[in-house]
Amino acid sequence: MDYSQFLVMKQEIALLVVFLLVFLCDTFMPKRSQGAIGWISIIAFAVATVFGFCPDLIYATGNAFSGMYSSGTAEIAIKNVLNIGALIVMIQALRWAQQDMVKVRRGEFYELLLVTLFGMYLMISSRHFLLFVIGLETASLPLAAMVAFDKHRYESHEAAVKYVLTAVFSSAIFLLGLSFVYGLTGTLYFDGIAVATMASGISTLLVISLAFVIAGIGFKLSLVPFHLWTADVYQGAPTPVTSYLSVISKGAAAFAFLIVLWKAFGTVYSQAWEWMLYALIILTITIGNLFAMRQRNMKRFLAFSSISQAGYIMLGVIAFNSLGLTALMYYVLVYIFSNLAAFGVIGAIENATGKVHMDDYKGLYKTNPRLAFTMMLAMFSLAGIPPFAGFFSKFFIFTGAINQGSVAIYVLVLIALINTIISLYYYLLVVKAMFISQDDCTIANFRSACSERFALWVCVAGIIGVGIVSCVYNYLYQMA
Amino acid sequence: MDITVIYYLVPSLIMFCCGVYGFVTRKNMIAMLISLELMLNSVDINFVVFNRYLFPGQLEGMFFTLFAIAIAAAETALAIAIIINIFRASKNIDVTDVTKMKF
Repeated sequence: MDYSQFLVMKQEIALLVVFLLVFLCDTFMPKRSQGAIGWISIIAFAVATVFGFCPDLIYATGNAFSGMYSSGTAEIAIKNVLNIGALIVMIQALRWAQQDMVKVRRGEFYELLLVTLFGMYLMISSRHFLLFVIGLETASLPLAAMVAFDKHRYESHEAAVKYVLTAVFSSAIFLLGLSFVYGLTGTLYFDGIAVATMASGISTLLVISLAFVIAGIGFKLSLVPFHLWTADVYQGAPTPVTSYLSVISKGAAAFAFLIVLWKAFGTVYSQAWEWMLYALIILTITIGNLFAMRQRNMKRFLAFSSISQAGYIMLGVIAFNSLGLTALMYYVLVYIFSNLAAFGVIGAIENATGKVHMDDYKGLYKTNPRLAFTMMLAMFSLAGIPPFAGFFSKFFIFTGAINQGSVAIYVLVLIALINTIISLYYYLLVVKAMFISQDDCTIANFRSACSERFALWVCVAGIIGVGIVSCVYNYLYQMA
Repeated sequence: MDITVIYYLVPSLIMFCCGVYGFVTRKNMIAMLISLELMLNSVDINFVVFNRYLFPGQLEGMFFTLFAIAIAAAETALAIAIIINIFRASKNIDVTDVTKMKF
């Protein structure tokens, strides 16, 4: 065996090194200095993140393990995007990890987070369904443990059981579809499946098994009608875990979805899965929007908002061209900044006062103007209001989809556009509660922790900067 | 009588459907977990049978099954741990009672 092929997976190795470091520190450091674990993992992971951007060190593109694993520039770019998001989540989680109930297990939180990220890396880079399934499970099983992390809160357990049961159910459905794909094509390599489906043409069994595969990954991405777990899990999970679930896990699943559909089933695009995605996208955006309107709990509200955002992300997949790929990466990056800003504010308020209800946010501007302003930026960016990054990401994702050229796609983009306007209503509802409402605010003025403020500053810089500084888009475009 | 591939696929699909039915109708979380196991195992049968009958020259399906079994075991262990947590918190593992969060 040629061991030098491991060098293709440089980012995975960097992540493993970080994981081992955190694990060893967690195991062997004396009790009194355990408080440093959060910072150790953040600094080590920050080094790994920066390492991902060094072209000379990292650009070992190629295949490994007889084509089961492949790393190109696009994969490196999306891993870098995920790294940035995970780093912000880790910083945001610091304050929460210092609570008394969580403190004893805080090392485990960072370890589990790094392991799930490793699984997502494998998902993104796999070119064989065996490696893909392993990555998928490595990404989703530790997440269930993370959701159950607040042992003293009943909601956390309830969310975890809902998550783990639906996750296993969805992987069973995914595996069933996969078994029939294997029966039809005789291989599990993405390339092999593409060649075999090209040769044999479309068959009913292939369409059905593809529907199962899409349903299985759709669960992870919480596309409607596979979204029912989302709101409950988001509400019950600890806020840092919720933010991790809503951005990193979702972004990785979207990109893996794209890879599977393009590389393995790209040859049957128009016959088999274009119309399936078409229906899924319309349902996801619309139903996500409509349900978001009636939510009063901020975390549930952001859950439904993230469902509808997943619909927009899928527009990049249905585009089926390199512009769509770039737009998807860009969208995920912007979505990371905007959503993490929103979750950062929610987490800061929850840590200080324990309040997560939208009515508690009334008049927040008077007591905590900076937090209210950050929240407003996040809402504007999520809604896609022009000077902020959210507008540009929506613009690029629509352009990518339209470039595909068929009339049906034009109609789809039109529906998505109308839904953007609907989504303005509920995003502005939050802004209205914070700024215009005259009630006395129930949240007193407080000073959030230094780590929380730092994470929020990064997010605000991202929301304002990513849209305007064009080198970000150019970087992703070159990598794609 | 020749045992062809269909003699395996039909029972495995019936098993899968039983699993889905059990997952939807059962109220006890452990029973739901058993139903999930049923679904995962039926998929394993599919892989092995396809490999054995349709593509006898290779071992891809067999290996996939080996990994799928290991993953299913990990899933079960995790799910049981979480269900035990629920039981500790509420002395009950009936899904109809796990409804604190609803919309």
